[in-house]
Amino acid sequence: MTLPLRAHRAHQTLQSDTDWSWLSQWRSQAWSTFADTPWPTRKTEDFKYTPLKSLTNTDWELPTGSAKGTGRGVEFENWPRTVLTLIDGRLTDHDELPEGVTVKLLSKASAEDRVRFEQRLEAGLADNKQLFSLVNQALLSEVVWIEIAANQQLEKPLHINQIISSGAQQRVIPVRVLVDVANSARATLVETFSSEADGPVFINPITELMLADNARLTHYHLLMEQGDVRHLGAVQAQLGAYANLNAFHMALGGVLKRKDITVYHRGSGAELNLNGVYLPRGKEHIDYHTCLEHEVPHCTSQEVFRGIIGDQAKAVFNGRIHIHKDAQKTLAQLSNKNLLTSHQAEVDTKPELEIYADDVKCAHGATISQLEQKSLFYFLARGISRPEAEVMLSFGFINELLEGLEDEPVRLLLRPVLANLFAKEDIWARHLL
Amino acid sequence: MLKIDNLTAQVEDLTILNGLSLEVKPGEVHAIMGPNGAGKSTLGNVLAGRDGYTVTGGTVEFDGKNLFDLEAEERARAGIFLAFQYPVEIPGVSNMEFLKASVDAIRTARGEEPMSSMDFIKLARAKCKEVDLPQDFLKRGVNEGFSGGEKKRNELLQMMLLEPRLCILDETDSGLDIDALQVVAKGVNDLRSPDRGIIVVTHYQRLLDFIIPDYVHVLAKGRIVKSGDKSLALELEKHGYSWIDEEVA
Ligand SMILES: Nc1ncnc2c1ncn2[C@@H]1O[C@H](COP(=O)(O)OP(=O)(O)O)[C@@H](O)[C@H]1O
Ligand SMILES: [Mg+2]
Repeated sequence: MTLPLRAHRAHQTLQSDTDWSWLSQWRSQAWSTFADTPWPTRKTEDFKYTPLKSLTNTDWELPTGSAKGTGRGVEFENWPRTVLTLIDGRLTDHDELPEGVTVKLLSKASAEDRVRFEQRLEAGLADNKQLFSLVNQALLSEVVWIEIAANQQLEKPLHINQIISSGAQQRVIPVRVLVDVANSARATLVETFSSEADGPVFINPITELMLADNARLTHYHLLMEQGDVRHLGAVQAQLGAYANLNAFHMALGGVLKRKDITVYHRGSGAELNLNGVYLPRGKEHIDYHTCLEHEVPHCTSQEVFRGIIGDQAKAVFNGRIHIHKDAQKTLAQLSNKNLLTSHQAEVDTKPELEIYADDVKCAHGATISQLEQKSLFYFLARGISRPEAEVMLSFGFINELLEGLEDEPVRLLLRPVLANLFAKEDIWARHLL
Repeated sequence: MLKIDNLTAQVEDLTILNGLSLEVKPGEVHAIMGPNGAGKSTLGNVLAGRDGYTVTGGTVEFDGKNLFDLEAEERARAGIFLAFQYPVEIPGVSNMEFLKASVDAIRTARGEEPMSSMDFIKLARAKCKEVDLPQDFLKRGVNEGFSGGEKKRNELLQMMLLEPRLCILDETDSGLDIDALQVVAKGVNDLRSPDRGIIVVTHYQRLLDFIIPDYVHVLAKGRIVKSGDKSLALELEKHGYSWIDEEVA
């Protein structure tokens, strides 16, 4: 079985239900490319280490009717935010929007909005060759389009709180979030994903970030769904001149997570900070594919991803840096470090450097390691037991990146979540909590 | 309390300690001096139970028990403390967490209750002051970005909090300016007590102006080749180590 067979009915049901001919055409275009693309096997480069078998055992349906759910998703303490709640890909609730922020929904687009949506989606960054961008387009039923007007400095972060409801078994949830930050505007965007479902779910979210000249965005993209959830999606960003994107990604829990992150440097002087952590355990599988497209001169990218892989879990990290021939004076650095905490854990990390400009500074490092003996001994020599030392050291390896986060409330939310994750027995994490 | 008899030990098939004997009784302060590469740090590491060191002969008794029956963490809990020559940096783990985990482990081993967080913070702050480290060092990663001297003072801070039975200071004085040296000396002198043994490994006589040892030993080629009182340290300062080589030969 392949995914197109498993999702065909969902696509058809969707198509029969719209009077918007552009949209229906746009979806069927994607559908036919998707259906014609050979289903990935072990030999397919892009999915070499990430088998998609768990997607092909279920006949996926789109969510119907109003979403049920009592959960509140991910909450932050003492952090005033503008929250937009999406349950099963539908906006169910939102706080009052601050000045200079507009939100439009594809599902509620007026005739005149439709024209704008068409233009915006067609000019989008989605990669038409990327399998799960195609799925998203072929099944697209909702787009949340956020625009932040020029020069706006948002005081409160925007929080897109995505919740998979308890009724979402066997659902495929395609959702697209567009965030356009206009010239010299400044904002923080928090995206969280959580799940209450206990049956199989396939969530397929795409986030597109357009940063105009001098725009600044701090972006958190936190995948926290547990259980029988497959999360396959992408984040695409475009940076204008002197734009600054400061992004933090995290993935933990769920049977399968795959995120393709692509950043296009399209204006001179753009700056990117891209950090992330992934922590698969049990039999979980987490795959990050990142790609930095340096198309113009004088841009910088600093990327650090760290993973801790335990039990029989598996992680994949593919970090690509592509420096186009005009992108002189690029500074790009990527580091990926992995810690295996069990003999059956596995990681495949692969750097890909493609450099066509001659005057650039580019560094790339990937390591897989065990805990350092000399650090471990330092703990033992202070009377701390080996298991507690291992927990504290592993946590420290990830916590180093948390310490660098701009927003204390995010750190306060994630710290205990991660500390608990390390504690095989709670007692070993007691000094972290 | 510590009785080392004819100890031999190897690192990677190389014999480093070669028939070393030394006895430390409660209340005594012993200084160990010796040229670079003599095996001073190796002795500390073997006593503390570091992996990678193979004991090939001899015995070590600590409080009447065979030390080698204990794992590294058990030795620490029994009261052995090694102040590292090169303290390790552990980014991502705060000094406070590390200290609390350590103090709790030691207290639990002594049959005491773990300290409340509040009490512990108070105590840690007070000790910080004593070793002249700013309090925000407690929040920073363990030794992360600390200067050489700050790392050594952090070792001293740990030692004060843990109140060990036997302190082994491995060149805690090296790289310190005179002020820092006095801070360390005061810390050590405050810890002197009738039921505590102290071994000070040092390269320079300088420290012994402030910490007056009961005994001075010269460690060369893996064993104690000469012992004496503090005047031996002065002699070494004047004449170096070569005369001992000759004497031993
Ligand atoms: N982990 C190790 N691996 C290899 N050689 C070591 C190791 N530790 C110590 N040595 C060797 O053992 C000898 C003694 O070292 P050390 O105990 O550090 O001397 P000291 O502290 O007296 O300067 C030196 O020759 C050193 O190179
Ligand atoms: Mg040494």
